[in-house]
Amino acid sequence: MDLSTYIMILISTVFINNFILSRFLGLCSFIGVSKETGPAVSMGIAVTFVTTMSSLISWPIYNFILIPFHLEYLRTISFILVIASFVQFTEIFIQKRAPILYRIFGIYLPLITVNCAVFGVAVLNTDMFFLDGKAVPFSFMKSIVQGFGAGVGYTLAMFLMSGIRERLEFSEVPRSFKDVPITFIIASLMSLAFLGFSGFKI
Amino acid sequence: MKLLGEFIKGLWRENPTFRIVLGLCPTLAVSTSVTNGIGMGLAATFVLLGSNIFVSLIRNIVPEKVRIPCYIVVIATFVTIADLFMKAFAPLLSRSLGMFVPLIVVNCIVLGRAEVFSSKKPPMKSIFDALGMGLGFTWALILISAIREILGGGTILGFYVSRTFQPSLFMILAPGALLTIGILIGLLNYFTIKRK
Repeated sequence: MDLSTYIMILISTVFINNFILSRFLGLCSFIGVSKETGPAVSMGIAVTFVTTMSSLISWPIYNFILIPFHLEYLRTISFILVIASFVQFTEIFIQKRAPILYRIFGIYLPLITVNCAVFGVAVLNTDMFFLDGKAVPFSFMKSIVQGFGAGVGYTLAMFLMSGIRERLEFSEVPRSFKDVPITFIIASLMSLAFLGFSGFKI
Repeated sequence: MKLLGEFIKGLWRENPTFRIVLGLCPTLAVSTSVTNGIGMGLAATFVLLGSNIFVSLIRNIVPEKVRIPCYIVVIATFVTIADLFMKAFAPLLSRSLGMFVPLIVVNCIVLGRAEVFSSKKPPMKSIFDALGMGLGFTWALILISAIREILGGGTILGFYVSRTFQPSLFMILAPGALLTIGILIGLLNYFTIKRK
């Protein structure tokens, strides 16, 4: 397996199948936290960290525990539990050990536990990289790259959106469309722009 | 009468999709056809009902600190039941909903109701709350998916609307979903402001 495969997965998850704009995962936080650039990017970094780690953790669980014992139907419960406890653990750990890091993205960690993007990437990995109950070659690395790419795509969309919304504060939006509705319409236009990437053939 | 109030509020005043703006991922992703919308809505209603009843029953036993993991386990159990049930009895629907059935577990509406409502109220009230919220979610999904299916596919529930109408692919793809929900929320706000 050469490097180009990983780059392809990365580009595909960041641009072509952007997690927010074309898969609709993590929309709640996308609408909620994207009012200012600073918090939006911090949230993005936190999500990138957690999506990478959750694909790193969920792959061994699925491959070494659930498949050998034929417990695939327990995927939902086991993944959500492991991810939730991991996020909780990380929060406690960086609060004690790295207060600066905690100030940057620690407060966003509790929000992430039930973020669709984090759980979605774990489910997507098992859907994509396990065929007929067997892991495809190099699927562990592929899962991690996909998890990382999902986070980067999320951060990119958050960054762009928060920039637009900061300017939107000064523009005249009809009263009934203020805040949430206009954000959706802008997201729709952004998603249309990202649709342009879908013609990509690598 | 009070129970009816709990039921009605989910349908309109506190509608999860249009008012509280929660649980958007499945709303937008599966609303490409009305069949999908109904299936997703009913699955979410089932999970809400089950989790609300159980959370309400165990509300006095669960310690404050570990309540969220406990609720998540309860919810995940019902999601697994719904997932297996769908795979067995509606395999086509299950395939078209894909990964969004397991994703009900991170649907903010379900955990939100457990945290805000059923962990504080008796089971009977929680049942009505779950039914109201679930059906409110379902009708919102049906509305959005009907708009998208008519404009984007030219059909409704698989039947052609008109022979001459040229559907636009835009509405079926991702941007159409975001545009539809943006305009719908805007319009609802407009009518609410106007009535005051």
